[in-house]
Amino acid sequence: METLERILSEHPFLKGLAPEYIQLIVGCAANVRFEAGQFIFREGEEANQFYVIRQGRVALSMFTPERGPIVIETLGEGDILGWSWLVPPYHWRFNAQAMELTRAIALDGKCLRGKCESDHDLGFELLKRFAHIIEQRLQATRLQLLDVYGARS
Amino acid sequence: MRNNSEHDPMRTVPYRIRRVRRDTADTFTLELEPVTNQQPFHFAPGQFNMIYVFGVGEIPISISGDPAVTSALVHTTRSVGTVTKAMSQLKRGDVVGVRGPFGTPWPILAAEGNDVVLVAGGIGLAPLRPALYAILARRERYGKVVLLYGARSPEDILYRDELRHWRAQFDLDVYVTVDRATSQWRGNVGVVTTLTSRAPFDPLNTMAFVCGPEVMMRLTALELQRRGVAADQIFVSMERNMKCAVGFCGHCQFGPMFVCRDGPVFPYSRVKDWLGVWEI
Ligand SMILES: Cc1cc2nc3c(=O)[nH]c(=O)nc-3n(C[C@H](O)[C@H](O)[C@H](O)COP(=O)(O)OP(=O)(O)OC[C@H]3O[C@@H](n4cnc5c(N)ncnc54)[C@H](O)[C@@H]3O)c2cc1C
Ligand code: FES
Repeated sequence: METLERILSEHPFLKGLAPEYIQLIVGCAANVRFEAGQFIFREGEEANQFYVIRQGRVALSMFTPERGPIVIETLGEGDILGWSWLVPPYHWRFNAQAMELTRAIALDGKCLRGKCESDHDLGFELLKRFAHIIEQRLQATRLQLLDVYGARS
Repeated sequence: MRNNSEHDPMRTVPYRIRRVRRDTADTFTLELEPVTNQQPFHFAPGQFNMIYVFGVGEIPISISGDPAVTSALVHTTRSVGTVTKAMSQLKRGDVVGVRGPFGTPWPILAAEGNDVVLVAGGIGLAPLRPALYAILARRERYGKVVLLYGARSPEDILYRDELRHWRAQFDLDVYVTVDRATSQWRGNVGVVTTLTSRAPFDPLNTMAFVCGPEVMMRLTALELQRRGVAADQIFVSMERNMKCAVGFCGHCQFGPMFVCRDGPVFPYSRVKDWLGVWEI
């Protein structure tokens, strides 16, 4: 049987984390499912979770008054969705919308925030891993500005 | 490589435009046939021709057709400047000059027994298409075959019908992503490097062919290496302005190499120190 514990402990994002931390994280985890078109979160709302996508596709978008919603990136199986829960003021920076039926593991960030405060080793481990996700999003946004296919480099 | 300029690579041979196809707002494909009764035109995937638009100028353009079809020459071009814009105005029946083929090919034979990942950015899909044709013609000799293609927007996607057809094939994994999309686009968004981390291939047993603008190739090579593909298993196709195409004039110098003679296809390990260096 695929337990949440096994899935999470084998996920590259959490691999190598001490078993007691994995257990702690599993304690904050639940399976969730989003229908095609459903918003998982919206820009500006309070950010209290993050997701490990198990199946499906999610579009990250921003809304601009002139151009409407602009999709920045799509995420899929294995990707981590959401880092705003870890950084004050804990508000989502993007919209996330399921493009097809999407299954994910939701992790309660509020509960994890408290645990990170009381155990800095856990806090540091998670921050290190999320710093990588934030760097990836920054890179994705930068590359779009670069227009990598249009201009001669 | 037998062809009509075998003995004199400087000789331009007239070819007539048999068909013009507008692929996107700024790209078009010309199908050329020899004006006089010529030998079949043989080329290897990755090679290019020097195309002369009479009275305007001569430019290098990769051959984008099927290497098994020797009766016509196919070139897909994006109009960016003087010659390519003049070329985009040409019609069926007009004549251009052709010299070639020149340059090093994609290592199709050396890739046998491996997974093959083709990563194309923008117009870079054109020089990779012959490699895909050649691989599909001997599909059983390869492991997984994966095509990762990134375009600027859904409107900039080249060879749409063919991509649809390839995607429907069971033994080929095709992933397309665009940089900019409206909410109508149901596919992936993000530059092509985001696909390399997810695509199904065995990095330790993979050869990767990468073609696109330099910045895209550099970032793709870094991502592929991050997944475990060795630098000498990654091949890139370089672009430099050319004049002679035979290693005489020095126009296409790239570090210690000439792209026309030593390339355009290079192992990434050989060019990586020069990619990203300004003003070489
Ligand atoms: C080996 C090789 C294979 C090539 N294969 C293809 C191919 O299959 N299809 C194709 O469309 N092109 C290909 N190119 C690029 C093509 O040769 C150039 O786009 C062409 O020479 C531009 O000539 P031009 O006179 O139209 O532009 P120019 O008048 O020389 O340039 C006008 C402006 O466009 C810019 N420019 C020039 N080339 C490019 C470019 N490639 N991308 C973006 N901006 C550019 C210049 O910097 C300049 O600002 C290849 C180049 C090489 C070296
Ligand atoms: S184009 Fe003359 S040396 Fe390469």
